[in-house]
Amino acid sequence: MVDILLLSRLQFAFTISFHILFPAFSIGLAIFLAAMEGVWLKTKNPEYLNICKFWSQIFALTFGMGVVSGIVMEFQLGTNWAGFTQLVGGVLGPLFTYEVLTAFFIEAGFLGVMLFGWDRVGLKLHYLSTLLVTIGTTLSAYWIMAANSWMQHPVGYSKINHAFQATDWTKIIFSSTTITRFIHMMLASYICAGFVISSVCAFYLLNNKHTYFSKKCFSFIWAVLFILIPLQIFSGDLTGLEIHENQPIKTAAIEGAWDTQTGAPFLLIAVPDREKQTNSWSLGIPHGSAFINTHDWNGKLVGLKSVPPADQPNVAIVFYSFRIMVAIGLLMLVLAALAFYLRIKKRLFDSQWFLKMCWFSAPLGFIALWCGWITAEVGRQPWIVYNLLRTTDAISNVSLYNVIISFSLIFVVYGIIFGYFYFYFLDKIIRKGPIAIKQAEMTHQPFQYMPPFSPESKP
Amino acid sequence: MNILAAIWAILIAFGIILYIILDGFDLGIGMMVLFFKNEHDRDIMISTVLPVWDGNETWLVFAGATLYGAFPLAFSVIMPILYLPVFIMVIALLFRGISFEFRLKGIKSKPFWDICLFLGSLFSTIAQGLILGTFVQGFSLTVRSEGDPFSQWLNPFGIACSIALIFGYLLLGSSRLISKTTGKLQENCFKVSSKLQYAMWGFVIMVSIWSPFLNYEIKQRWFNPQYMPYLAILPMLAIVSLITHWYAIKNEYEHIPFWSSVGVFLSCYFGFIISTYPYIVPRHITYIQAAAPRSSLLFMLVGACIMLPPLLYYTYFSYKIFSGKTTEKIWY
Repeated sequence: MVDILLLSRLQFAFTISFHILFPAFSIGLAIFLAAMEGVWLKTKNPEYLNICKFWSQIFALTFGMGVVSGIVMEFQLGTNWAGFTQLVGGVLGPLFTYEVLTAFFIEAGFLGVMLFGWDRVGLKLHYLSTLLVTIGTTLSAYWIMAANSWMQHPVGYSKINHAFQATDWTKIIFSSTTITRFIHMMLASYICAGFVISSVCAFYLLNNKHTYFSKKCFSFIWAVLFILIPLQIFSGDLTGLEIHENQPIKTAAIEGAWDTQTGAPFLLIAVPDREKQTNSWSLGIPHGSAFINTHDWNGKLVGLKSVPPADQPNVAIVFYSFRIMVAIGLLMLVLAALAFYLRIKKRLFDSQWFLKMCWFSAPLGFIALWCGWITAEVGRQPWIVYNLLRTTDAISNVSLYNVIISFSLIFVVYGIIFGYFYFYFLDKIIRKGPIAIKQAEMTHQPFQYMPPFSPESKP
Repeated sequence: MNILAAIWAILIAFGIILYIILDGFDLGIGMMVLFFKNEHDRDIMISTVLPVWDGNETWLVFAGATLYGAFPLAFSVIMPILYLPVFIMVIALLFRGISFEFRLKGIKSKPFWDICLFLGSLFSTIAQGLILGTFVQGFSLTVRSEGDPFSQWLNPFGIACSIALIFGYLLLGSSRLISKTTGKLQENCFKVSSKLQYAMWGFVIMVSIWSPFLNYEIKQRWFNPQYMPYLAILPMLAIVSLITHWYAIKNEYEHIPFWSSVGVFLSCYFGFIISTYPYIVPRHITYIQAAAPRSSLLFMLVGACIMLPPLLYYTYFSYKIFSGKTTEKIWY
């Protein structure tokens, strides 16, 4: 049965799945650019300026996509989820307002300087702009993680006539759930960007193009990933503990655990059966899941059956999306170990099979990111605010035609713009490579390859 | 409580008018692009907005987020009713934004992105006009009318507002270009701006006459003998702005036309606020009724007080960096 609720949920899932790719990638790229520009200012090696110029083209493209798809997200909250807005607006609205005030304006104000201001402002002011854009993207992520974490684990509120009211903003903004998940998300963004950078450089190295440029980036990125990937696995573990403490039913869905039990096994494969409230088939590692979620081989896990079936999330989706995420995380760890081994052997840049693996691994981070978010969001269902507000009560009173029109429009537009043209232009930038910049001589004036502005236009 | 709600109503009103003026000239320039056949001219026109459009659009995000935070009831009532125009607006803004990005990268596809830029700017303006029209006319909150996808915003007055807004944004855009360009392009912008001003005369007079008859309350307010002398300042401001515009164009003053078009917009906007006050969902819910709990308003206000002054400063600063004439296309 196609109804407004299902269509609105699909529309939200569709728009946010596209949207999250862009901010995640730009958060990672921004900090990479800030690092590279810093190194350039320190060493004055023009190769680092090349790196900045090349990746800021991709940053600009991605950032633009994030801005335009973000506006759809904001207004959609009102058009499709009016019930939600009305009841939780008093708590989440201020967080979004702070996001605009502390992040969006900083990003928008300094992005222009960062991209177009190379020869209009001094080196230091330009670097300051890059840093501020980086800080903006980070703060923006923090506010969104705070809002989402409040929906996962509501704290510091009181309820007046059904509507939520904040009683303690410090609790809401700095809840341990927010901080844990923010770190997990930031590391995920860095790793996503890292794998794209590694993939592009591997592509160049395989084709013997831009080798000096690629070696610099490739070496840097794998040194960083070698630290970040284990850290991310550690932060994932912390997030898991957090979920087990605050959202035991989500943990039960992740583990496919129907009955409350001690020393639960970690199921590798399971066929959850909602009707019979059990797994019709499963294969597991004894005590695994108990250890992962409680750090105790005989820890106790609350089962799905402890709540009525109507209060259970879709187990299969949560169960498998979590496993895909973990599997990718482990695969990344193997790649990082291989990179480390090859670096010691001094073969990091000429091991064809490793470069090929890196080349193909560009989407790995994003797939893991999607799966992580699917685990988090589907695992929270049927609640939109965990245990307090049902998704069914959050929907707007609009006609089905509205939702059909908006979703079809979005489906076609996103498919064409983000699904095709974004990748088309990304591919174009990558194929063109940093060479266009390299040809210009940079010995006299670092920015002379930029088209000149007329003299009277200088401030 | 009431004073906090009033402060937020003023801040949102401030955000909206900044959006209308700043993104208004972006959208106006976007709609003008197709009428200039020379590729170099188009590059220059777009270069004048490239470094600033993102910041300008952020004022819309600001208005949306603060409405969500400070008046959640209003946001949740207005948005479902304006479902389709809001979606048309955000999708059109999406097209406008990506066209800026893609045309920098494309070579053969440039004319195609110019068309997308034009359509994106045009449709966001139309949608904004329809939304404006609904606000002026007032909402209908019966169960039946709320579920109706079209009738509240698709009507003659809404369409008239859309057309008026198209011309208004074109006026802002062409005036902005006059102050940012030189030579032949500037001459053409003078011509465009001088033709548009007559349309603006027409629309300002039409909307001023039409809107009091839409609603008894609006009429009462404007024609109340007690307030009339003070309220008459607004139509005067509109007329003075239009005359200034005409004079500046005639004498080819470069920077005045933009400010005189801003004057036209300001007078219309204040007129709109006077007609609408104290409603935030016109004729049903006042800004006090829709206000969020005190804790939210106060917490947001702390942030606004700390962040708005530096924010306005660096917005001004980034405009200053890219101030002066744009004679070469910019890119990265």
